[in-house]
Amino acid sequence: MALPAHATPVEKVWHYAYLVICALIFVFLIVPIIIIVPLSFNAEPYFTFTEGMLGFESDAYSTRWYQDIFKNGMLNPEAPLSWAWFSDAWNNAQWIRATRNSFFIATISTIVATTLGTLAALGLSRPEMPARSLITGLLISPMIVPLVITATGMFFFYSDIGLAKTYTGVILAHATLGIPFVIITVTATLSSFDTSLIRASASCGATPTTTFFKIIMPLILPGMISGALFAFITSLDEVVVMLFVADVEQRTIPRQMFSGLREQISPTILAVATVLVIISIGLLTTVELLRRRSERLRGLSPG
Amino acid sequence: MADSALSSQRLHDVPDQLTTADGIPLKRKLAISMRRARWRAFLMTAPLVIFMLISFVLPIGQMLTRSVYNDSFSKALPNFSLALRDWDQSASSDGLPDEALFKLLAEDMAVARKDRTIGRAATRINYDHSGTRSLFMGAARKAKNFEAPYKETFLDLKPKWSNVEMWAAMKRVASDTTTGFYLAAVDRTYDVNNDVVEQAEVRQIYVKLFWRTLYLAGVITVLCFLLAYPVAYLLSVLPLAKSNLLMILVLLPFWTSLLVRTTAWIALLQTEGIVNDVLVWLGIISDDGRVQMIYNQMGTIIAMTHILLPFMVLPLYSVMKTIPPSYMRAARSLGANQFTAFVKVYFPQTIPGIAAGTLLVFILAIGYYITPALVGGQDGQLISNIIAFHMQKSLNWSLAAALGSILLAGVLILYWLYNKLIGIDNLKFG
Repeated sequence: MALPAHATPVEKVWHYAYLVICALIFVFLIVPIIIIVPLSFNAEPYFTFTEGMLGFESDAYSTRWYQDIFKNGMLNPEAPLSWAWFSDAWNNAQWIRATRNSFFIATISTIVATTLGTLAALGLSRPEMPARSLITGLLISPMIVPLVITATGMFFFYSDIGLAKTYTGVILAHATLGIPFVIITVTATLSSFDTSLIRASASCGATPTTTFFKIIMPLILPGMISGALFAFITSLDEVVVMLFVADVEQRTIPRQMFSGLREQISPTILAVATVLVIISIGLLTTVELLRRRSERLRGLSPG
Repeated sequence: MADSALSSQRLHDVPDQLTTADGIPLKRKLAISMRRARWRAFLMTAPLVIFMLISFVLPIGQMLTRSVYNDSFSKALPNFSLALRDWDQSASSDGLPDEALFKLLAEDMAVARKDRTIGRAATRINYDHSGTRSLFMGAARKAKNFEAPYKETFLDLKPKWSNVEMWAAMKRVASDTTTGFYLAAVDRTYDVNNDVVEQAEVRQIYVKLFWRTLYLAGVITVLCFLLAYPVAYLLSVLPLAKSNLLMILVLLPFWTSLLVRTTAWIALLQTEGIVNDVLVWLGIISDDGRVQMIYNQMGTIIAMTHILLPFMVLPLYSVMKTIPPSYMRAARSLGANQFTAFVKVYFPQTIPGIAAGTLLVFILAIGYYITPALVGGQDGQLISNIIAFHMQKSLNWSLAAALGSILLAGVLILYWLYNKLIGIDNLKFG
């Protein structure tokens, strides 16, 4: 994107103006996410920077909101750090319970979505597959259909069959919402998959199961993991279905944040948000590394 | 024409002569193995298709049913409803039913009050004819002691029982299926002659809300496009190492929780927030003149633009990446200036990406719920918010279902268009 030597002054101005505009858009994209990190260390219960924070005074910063994540809801948060304290936190602290619920629901629903999704993507990628675009359209639609509508439908349905306010109901719902991402990522990986490998494997005497685990799976694993991570984060970030079909019992992190933002805004939410940003950085890095690995394996990019 | 007929004739002949080792004609053998392969492919997809039919299609189908089916009135007052359905309003001179029907009403009401189902029936009639809930509850409280003549007893209790419009509404809700909720969803209602008329002006809210949803989604889509286009272009022309680095700035928001981003915008935009602080510090506004940037339409637009921007950048980027830079150079060398070359050569080639990005962002925007609920205030709410309101607060589930069905129909049309233009298989992330 270097400026050619023969550029006219007008073109130079345009060029730099363009770069400034792009820089501003990147600022718009990233600043809201970065800004909450220092804010979460605010010593005061505010959602904004205090004078002391801007002056870098050490007593304007504190980790009290991070401690609050662990303590909020405990029976006796000031007790000495002992087994009793930890079991109190594990069982009673609201955010810890929400985290436990979130990870439990996300893990099971990801396993369901990835297993069924990968199998279906394998079927869809076969050239003989009948009604492919119709079925693909159906399987991807949970991503497109407004969540309120999905949640409304699930609310009625689950109430009728007794799954409302149960973990099973929430897990089923989250698996449904995660499936489009598994289908999209695994299908993308399979699009460059060389099907003659399957025939070669069969002609060497391998059973279909052996072929799957020894030939297909290692090659599509990056896509499967990306899809699983997408499904996982979809579940970890889902609120609407939680609002409609879940109960206090199944309260998750986003559900807890939602009511926190509606009722009393406490900087604890900023501390939780910071932790979530760190989790997303981790997931993003993993997906990016997987993508590069699979490109390298297929010789799409050098090194 | 003759040639192709001949060759197809020849093809047709061949399999009769060729057989496999077990004596089956090759053509049949091929058909069998094709069918088996098709079945195998289908069976691999089947578990998920069944799963989705149960967990997704069936629930939504049930919601659609609820938008036209509501039996809460006839369930609470069964005998009265049955008789009311056959009653002909134009037959009587005063437009009111006769003594027998009033008697059934009194009896059913007494039972319904004992079973505590009268409230549901009263709510149901109240949807169609507002202000009748208390009338119903009041009569039901005393229905146990009513005696003949029933008609007079009712009319003496409250003169409102002689309201013919209310009786017309009652006749409508006595049947279990109704188009009334769809009419309500588009600000229409029935009058006494069962003709469709516009709702009273003060009660016309849904059409306005649908338009506002389309308008806000449109504004957000345009803003996303304006912001995404230059960024996607920059990413597509930079060398890979640099563009990968900048791509992280697009992907990180994409991977960050919706609630985290909404929280961040609350911190930035509130009156005591960072943006206002900076503006005051810069002297652009005074400390008392802080701008309300959140809990209104502006909040919805800013936060949703930020949240949906990556969905615009990624499709644009993947299209721009495939445009050879030599086309622009060729245009320049043929005498076009930068602007002409861009408009005539570059821009038309990015249209597939624009279509993909705008459609995706628009589809996602019209269904948004969480962000408008948190930062939208009164006038930044979208249609999803009112659906959620009717689901959770007013408990008018049939109206929620009717509003939801209209929204769903709109989304499915756009989705169909997306599939037609871009192909859903081309959807990619990162």
